[in-house]
Amino acid sequence: MYQFNYERPKTLADAEALLAKSDDPKILAGGQTLIPTLKQRLAMPSDLIDIGGIKDLDFIRAEGDAVMIGAATRHAKVAQSAEVKKHNPALAALAAGIGDPAVRHMGTLGGSIANNDPAADYPAACLALDAKIHTTKRLIEADEFFKGMFETALQDGEIIKEVTFPHPEKAAYMKFRNPASRYAMVGVFVSKGPWGIRVAVTGAGQNGVFRVKEMEEALAKNWSPDAVANIKLPAKGLNADLHGSAEYRAHLVTVMAKRAVAAAG
Amino acid sequence: MSGAAREGIGQPVRRKEDFRFITGNGHYTDDISRPRQTYAYFLRSPHAHARIRSIDTSEAEKAPGVAGIFTGRHVADDGLGGLICGWTVTSKDGTPMKVGPHPILALDTVRYVGDHVAMVVAETLAEARAAAELIEVDYEALPAAVSLGSCQKPDAAQVHPEAPRNTCFEWELGNKAETEAAFAKAARVVKLDLTNNRLIPNAMEPRAAIGEYDKGSGIYTLHTTSQNPHVARLVLSAFVGVAPEHKLRVIAPDVGGGFGSKIFIYAEETACVWAAAKLGRPIKWTADRSEAFLSDAHGRDHLSHAELALDADGKFLGLRVKTIANLGAYLSTFSAAVPTYLYGTLLSGQYDIPAIYVEVDGVYTHTAPVDAYRGAGRPEATYLVERMVETAARETGIDPADIRRRNFIRSFPHQTPVIMNYDAGDYQASLDAALEAIDYKGFAARKSDAAKRGKLRGIGISSYIEACGIAPSAAVGSLGAGVGLWESAEVRVNPTGNVEVLTGSHSHGQGHETTFAQLVASRLGIPLSNVEIVHGDTDKVQFGMGTYGSRSGAVGMSAIVKALEKIEAKAKKIAAHLMEAAVEDITFENGAFTVQGTDKSLAWAEVSLAAYTAHGFPSGEIEPGLKEGAFYDPANFTFPAGAHVCEVEIDPDTGIVEIVKFVAVDDFGTIINPMIVEGQVHGGIAQGIGQALLEHGVYDPASGQLVTGSYMDYCMPRADDLPSFTLGFTKTVCPSNPLGMKGCGEAGAIAAPPAIINAVTDALGIRDIEMPATPARVWQALQSAAPRAAAE
Repeated sequence: MYQFNYERPKTLADAEALLAKSDDPKILAGGQTLIPTLKQRLAMPSDLIDIGGIKDLDFIRAEGDAVMIGAATRHAKVAQSAEVKKHNPALAALAAGIGDPAVRHMGTLGGSIANNDPAADYPAACLALDAKIHTTKRLIEADEFFKGMFETALQDGEIIKEVTFPHPEKAAYMKFRNPASRYAMVGVFVSKGPWGIRVAVTGAGQNGVFRVKEMEEALAKNWSPDAVANIKLPAKGLNADLHGSAEYRAHLVTVMAKRAVAAAG
Repeated sequence: MSGAAREGIGQPVRRKEDFRFITGNGHYTDDISRPRQTYAYFLRSPHAHARIRSIDTSEAEKAPGVAGIFTGRHVADDGLGGLICGWTVTSKDGTPMKVGPHPILALDTVRYVGDHVAMVVAETLAEARAAAELIEVDYEALPAAVSLGSCQKPDAAQVHPEAPRNTCFEWELGNKAETEAAFAKAARVVKLDLTNNRLIPNAMEPRAAIGEYDKGSGIYTLHTTSQNPHVARLVLSAFVGVAPEHKLRVIAPDVGGGFGSKIFIYAEETACVWAAAKLGRPIKWTADRSEAFLSDAHGRDHLSHAELALDADGKFLGLRVKTIANLGAYLSTFSAAVPTYLYGTLLSGQYDIPAIYVEVDGVYTHTAPVDAYRGAGRPEATYLVERMVETAARETGIDPADIRRRNFIRSFPHQTPVIMNYDAGDYQASLDAALEAIDYKGFAARKSDAAKRGKLRGIGISSYIEACGIAPSAAVGSLGAGVGLWESAEVRVNPTGNVEVLTGSHSHGQGHETTFAQLVASRLGIPLSNVEIVHGDTDKVQFGMGTYGSRSGAVGMSAIVKALEKIEAKAKKIAAHLMEAAVEDITFENGAFTVQGTDKSLAWAEVSLAAYTAHGFPSGEIEPGLKEGAFYDPANFTFPAGAHVCEVEIDPDTGIVEIVKFVAVDDFGTIINPMIVEGQVHGGIAQGIGQALLEHGVYDPASGQLVTGSYMDYCMPRADDLPSFTLGFTKTVCPSNPLGMKGCGEAGAIAAPPAIINAVTDALGIRDIEMPATPARVWQALQSAAPRAAAE
C-alpha cells in the first residue's frame, strides 16, 4: 500500500465535504475490491473516505411496491433480510451467492455497483429489475447507470445513497462461476414486472452488464425456457480468456437464461 | 484396552501437534522475530528474458529506512557461488547435462518473470518495497522461449548459451532394440499424445526466511521454511559458500506444507543469510502469495508421445515413450532427477511389460524453474501408463479392468526393464476391492439412469504404482545423485524415563510428532505423552536428509527402530547388572525388564534413572547414560500401489464435470496411524483432482508473463469441488524395511489424475482431453465430437 489519508465521516454531508477538498480521493465502502487493489499498489489515492461510519446508508426498507436498500448495506444483510426474501427472493438469492461468507459480510451494494466490475452480480440485478439509483446529486435509472467496464454514470464527488428495487412478479438469477475466482463468468438475471420483461447478463460482456433484447421479446410472447433455448448471442463483444472462449460464454448465456426462466417459474 | 494398546502402532491416535496449530500456538518462520531485525524485499524481473544494461540504486539508497541494497554485482564480488542441481543426468551420447549458471541475484540477464534482480533491506517491509520502486533497471527486452512445444526449434530464443536448442539433456532408459522387436511382432499398437499440465504448488504457508549473523562467534543462523534443513545447510556451505558447515545453523520450525516446493534451496533464503553478515543485522523475508506464484518451483509440465504394443490377446509386449520435460529457466535443486529417474523408472506400472524404451529431453524455457511436486515424476509416469492402458482397452474392446488383470505382475520380486525391482504387491486384490466398492457391475445401469437425466456418466480406473522410501544411497549414487538418501535418528532417554527422539525427517504437515511417538511409545511401553519428537534444527539433529518422496515412514522410522534396538540392548545390560542376572535372561515387554523365569522385574523408569546415576556400573563394561543414534540406509525403494476408481457425471450444457464417486484402495504395507494415513490419501486425491480438473499454471506464450499469477485465475481445489472419498486398504508387507512400511504421502496425487481423465473421456466418448478438463474444454470437446456423432 502507498500512504494515504484516512477519513471516516459520520454524515453524508461530511463525506461530500471531504471529497470536495481532497486531491484524488477514493470512497471506501466494503473494500472488497479497493483494499486488495491498494495492497497490490495498483492505486495511489490521496485520501480514503470510509463511508462505513455513516449509519444512514445502512438500511433495508420495504415501502409500497419496492424495496429500498442503503448503499452501505452488506450483502449478507440483503441475503438474510425477511423483506427482501419476501418481495424479491431472486435478489436475496443473488446476494447470498456473492463471493464467500467473509466477502458477504464486508462487501456492500453501493460498492459493488459503483465499481461496476464486469463480473459482479449486482449490476445484473439492477438492470433486470429496473432499479433506481439514488445519489447525493440525483436519481439515475439502472439503464443509464452502467457505462462500461468499471465505468458508471457517477460523477466526481457523487455518492450513492440507496437503490430502489421495485418488486418483480417473477425473477431469477443463474450464475456460471469462473472455476478459479468464482466470480460470474456468465450470470443471467431474468425478470417480469411492471417494467415488462428484462434479461440482463453479467460476466460475459467486454463492456460489462448488458440486456438481451431478443430474449426479452421472445419471453414477452412466451414466458418459458423454450422461448430462449434457441437464441444464441453472437460471440463478438464477449470476453475470451483462459477460462473460456467467447463462443463458450455466448453458449452459457443461453443455458443460464433458460435455467433462470425455469427457476423463476 | 491398555494405554499402550490405544496409542500403539495401528491406532488412529489424534495428532499431538494439532492443538498447537489450531489454537494459533505454532511457531512458523514468520512468527519469529529477532532483535534489530530488518525486512527484505526482492525486486523481480518484469521480463521473461532481458539483458540488464544497468542497475541504478542511488535514489533507492537515499529512501527512508533503507539499510542496504544488494545486486548480483555484490554477490559476484563476494565470490558467492550460484545455486546448484544436486543430481547429474547423462545424455544418451554420454555427455553430462548442460547447465547454465543460476546466480543468487541476476548479474546481466534475467530469464523469467520473477527472476531476482535486487534485494532491498529496510527497517520495515513497506520502506523496502517503496525503495525498490526507486531502483532504475535498464532492461533490453529479448525474445523469450516460453512454449514447451517450440523451445527446441533452431530459431527459438536461447535460455543459456551452454545449452544449444535449449536442451539440457537427452536421456534414455530401457532397451531400444528389444522394444523395437516387440513392436515388430505386435498385433496392435496403441498411440497417444499426452500433456501433463504445469502446476504451481501453493503450500498454505509461503516461503520465508530470517538470516542472521553473530559477530562474536562467527555463526550464521537461518530460520527457514525447509523440508530438509540439513541439505539446505550443506548446499549453502559446500556449494554456495555462505559459511562453513559448522558455522551455519539452519532451523526449519513449524512449516505449513511443502509438497516438494520447500525441498529446494532458493535465492531469497540464501540472500537473506548471506546479507545478514554484510549488514550486521538480521534480515527477514516472507513471500507474499504473488511472489509464491512467480518464484516457487513449479511442478510437472510434460509433452509426451507414447506407443503401447499388444499381442492378439491384449497382452502388453512393449512400451515406447518420448517425453519433453520443462525444466524452466534454471535447474532447481533436484529438477534433473524428476523427469528422468523418478519418471522413466515407473513406466512399467503394475504390468509385466517385457520391453520398455523411454527418451526424455529436459529443456530450458523462460519460465520459473520446475522441480519435484507431490509425487514428482511418478504422477507423470502413472498418468501416461494408465491413459495408455485405458486407451488400449477401448481400442481392443477388452474391459478396462480385464486388460489390467491380464497384464498384472503376479510374482515377486519382479525386475522391470526400467531399473526397478518390485519387492511385493498384490495388484489384483486392490483392483478387485476398488471395483467392488464402486459397484463396477452396476455402472451400466447408473450410466443409463444418468442419460435419462441428461447427464453423461463415465468410469475410469487407475492402477498405480510408485517408488517411495527414497532411497538406497548406492542406487541413487550410481544414477547421478549428489547425496545419499539414508536417514538418521537419535533416541535420548532422560533419567526420569521420558524420551526425546531426534530425527532427520522433517514434519510440515505429515504428523510425525504423533506417528513417530506412537512407534517409540509402543516399543518402550511408555505413554505417548512421554515422547517428544525433535526435528528441523541442525544444532539439535546431527544430520538428516529430510522429508519428501514418502520417505519419512519407511526410511525415517526405520532409523528410529534401529536406534531403539540399541537403546533396548543397553537398557537390558543395565537391568541385568541391577538385577544381578545374565543379560541373555532379561526380557523387555510392556515397559518392564524381567529376569526370565523369576519374579524379578524393573520398570522402565528405574532402569533409565540407573543409567544416569550409574552407581556401581562395572567400569569398562557399561557406560553411563542412555542415548543411541542410528543411520538407516534402505535396501530398496518401497512400492506402494493400489487402484483408484472414479465415476463422473458431465453436464453437456455447461461442460461441468462432477465427481460422483471416488474409491481408493491402497496397499501401503504396515500402517502406523490409519487416521493420519486417510488424511494423507484425502489430501493427495484433492491435489490429483486439482491437476485433473482445475489447476493449470499458464504463461503467455509470446510475452512469458504468468497468466495464472493469483487465485483469480489459478484454480485451487475447494471443499465443494471434492466428493466424499471411499477408502480401502489391502496389505502386502514391505520386505525391505523393519516395519514393513511403504509410504502414503503421494499416492492420491499420483493415482487420481488418470482415474478422473479416464472417466471423463469415457463419459464423453473421446480418446483424450488435456488436463485440466475444465468446463470450457469439456464443452469444446463435445462441440468437436458432436458433428462426428451426428454423421455416424
